[in-house]
Amino acid sequence: MADKFFVAHAPHMRKNESIAGIMWRVNLALIPSGLVALFIFGPSALWVVLSSVLAAAGTEALIQKARGQKVTVCDGSAFMTGLLLAYNLPAHCPLWVAAVGSIFAIAIAKQAFGGLGRNIFNPALAGRAFLMAAWPKYMTTFTKPFVYDAVTQATPLSLIKEGKASGVVDLGLSYWDLLIGNRGGALGEVCILALLLGGVYLLYKGIISWHTPVSYVATVAVFMWAFGSPDGFGRGDALFQVLSGGLVLGAFFMATDYVTSPVTKKGQVIFGVCCGLLTGVIRRWGGYPEGVCYSILIMNAAAPLIDRFVQKRRYGASR
Amino acid sequence: MKRLWHEFIKGIFSENPIFFIVLGLCPTLAVSTSVNNAVGMGLAATFVLVCSNVIISAIRRLVPDKIRIPCYIVVIAAFVVIVEMVMKAYAPALNRALGVYVPLIVVNCIILGRAEAFASKNPVLPSLADGLGMGLGFTLALLIISAIRETLGNGTLAGLSISHRFEPALVLSLAPGALLILGLLMGVIKWARSLRS
Amino acid sequence: MGKIFAIIISNLLINNYILFRFMGLCPFLGVSKQTKPAFSMGLAVIFVLLLSGAMTWAAYNYVLLPFRIDYMRTVVFILVIAASVQFIEMVILKMSPALYRALGIYLPLITTNCIVLGVTVINTEDFFAGGKAITGSFGYSVLQVFCAGVGFLFVLMLMSGIRERLELADIPESMEGLPIAFIIASIMSLAFMGFVGMRI
Repeated sequence: MADKFFVAHAPHMRKNESIAGIMWRVNLALIPSGLVALFIFGPSALWVVLSSVLAAAGTEALIQKARGQKVTVCDGSAFMTGLLLAYNLPAHCPLWVAAVGSIFAIAIAKQAFGGLGRNIFNPALAGRAFLMAAWPKYMTTFTKPFVYDAVTQATPLSLIKEGKASGVVDLGLSYWDLLIGNRGGALGEVCILALLLGGVYLLYKGIISWHTPVSYVATVAVFMWAFGSPDGFGRGDALFQVLSGGLVLGAFFMATDYVTSPVTKKGQVIFGVCCGLLTGVIRRWGGYPEGVCYSILIMNAAAPLIDRFVQKRRYGASR
Repeated sequence: MKRLWHEFIKGIFSENPIFFIVLGLCPTLAVSTSVNNAVGMGLAATFVLVCSNVIISAIRRLVPDKIRIPCYIVVIAAFVVIVEMVMKAYAPALNRALGVYVPLIVVNCIILGRAEAFASKNPVLPSLADGLGMGLGFTLALLIISAIRETLGNGTLAGLSISHRFEPALVLSLAPGALLILGLLMGVIKWARSLRS
Repeated sequence: MGKIFAIIISNLLINNYILFRFMGLCPFLGVSKQTKPAFSMGLAVIFVLLLSGAMTWAAYNYVLLPFRIDYMRTVVFILVIAASVQFIEMVILKMSPALYRALGIYLPLITTNCIVLGVTVINTEDFFAGGKAITGSFGYSVLQVFCAGVGFLFVLMLMSGIRERLELADIPESMEGLPIAFIIASIMSLAFMGFVGMRI
């Protein structure tokens, strides 16, 4: 145990919460969205989730065994990575794709850095970015909701990016459809209501703080309202932008990850705002329709610098 | 003879420029998308390495110590220009594939590194052996990395299709894949070494 | 206007010299263990890039092309770069000894930093056509070297922050040092792929 006496930067968390307790609560908060996905996309969603979670847990156990460490699969963190990765996949993607993504997430993005609490990048997002670059065909073929068959349908954001629609009405959707998840998309990101239910639970339990999610979502809303429409300044549809894509899933469950985001409240707001700006820029001008995954990963890389510059000042010391 | 063999073989294994000394990474990562490109780059660099090692070793007593580095660079750059022109004339497809990385052989740290660390202190023949060994070691490393990347990332090996049932992971033929494969290979080599000692 | 944005985005993000073209990897790995020296190194590279970008453009346009000796590009450029590194070293020493102390040891290394030769060679391919400079060629070249330098500084800073944090982590022994640095770079490169295809 090389880092037995490792003490993180101040401020220290003073809670009686164990790691496993926190992880399983987050997993619990993710369950509603998964159940709804099962209802929306049918049993294939379940197989994708299972394959991803099993691969994640298996890889974690295998590596910890090989390194001669205590196997900590039961703390729920590998389970969470698998779950989050699956939520970012199309419901009908091949099961081996989900499994390979999980293996990359756990082996490369987590265990290579020394395991839980040491990773720099959110493992699930790293896994998704890897899959996106490796097998784009499977990662961008989304299926129609409530059909339970592999009938493909593009996501609202990609229809808008390709210029096939310019707003909610064109898409034949209402804001209510977006809230309940009646749209094409990754299996865990579509039902905003279920995600909010989980998010509010985590906020209520004090497991996440409001700083990152609120600043992230608000920045995307303002940015897309201002620049989101090719018609000119201030003509974008902020509500549509907030409700589509993986923004809510990303903002509440992935940008709030303790390990890969800044420690201080001020740092978290900076983190959220920058994530929002990057997401907006990619959605508006980038080649991909959605930028949540990439913006959080880039800000994960910047988190150590944010921590370094935000909290270094001592109380009373002049600038 | 034994000494020459030693100078030759060390560059290929125990002092492999890429895996152990970690020099010349930029071309290694950039051109290892396919075996053909990798071998082309490896041989071009070997040619420059051998020629510059020989010339630098031959003129090592004539060059004033203070301006030796610029002199070495000029010698190396001259050979790179020859490679550029020959490649443009006889292998235009390879030249296009390697692009800006051909002139960049000048700043490949392996070449200047060997000039400074070996050729400037040793006679011509050992320098030739050293250059040849280092160059082939570089080519071998490139070959290994490119074989992995081409097979897994493109589903082909030296341009030949492997199996149509295998679905290549595109990412390995892109930049992130190059960095990932090199990182993992270095990890594996480090691990294998720690087992031996 | 469109071309200017394209150059900025391409050099900073989409084709970031470290993450996608692997130029400047040696200092990226060597000087990224701490934030302060990383920042100094990045600044030094920007200085050198600006000066040698301008000088190589002039050499190419006024000497190599008119005399039809553009095949000597590589030799001439590397000499110009070596000279500009020397020149900047002397200027900084005269003007600010403090800055010299901060940058001093990194400056001579920049000659063999492939980013400098790489960007200047790419300039001659991007902004010259048919043996002549295109309109605004000089401005574009300088902008390109500047953005390449800023992109280098940016990624170097991110990397140094990450490696400072990893100092205390319990990384598997065989992954310590360079292997993990490559893996970080790989994931950063994956993240920056989000900008692929960006157009303003």
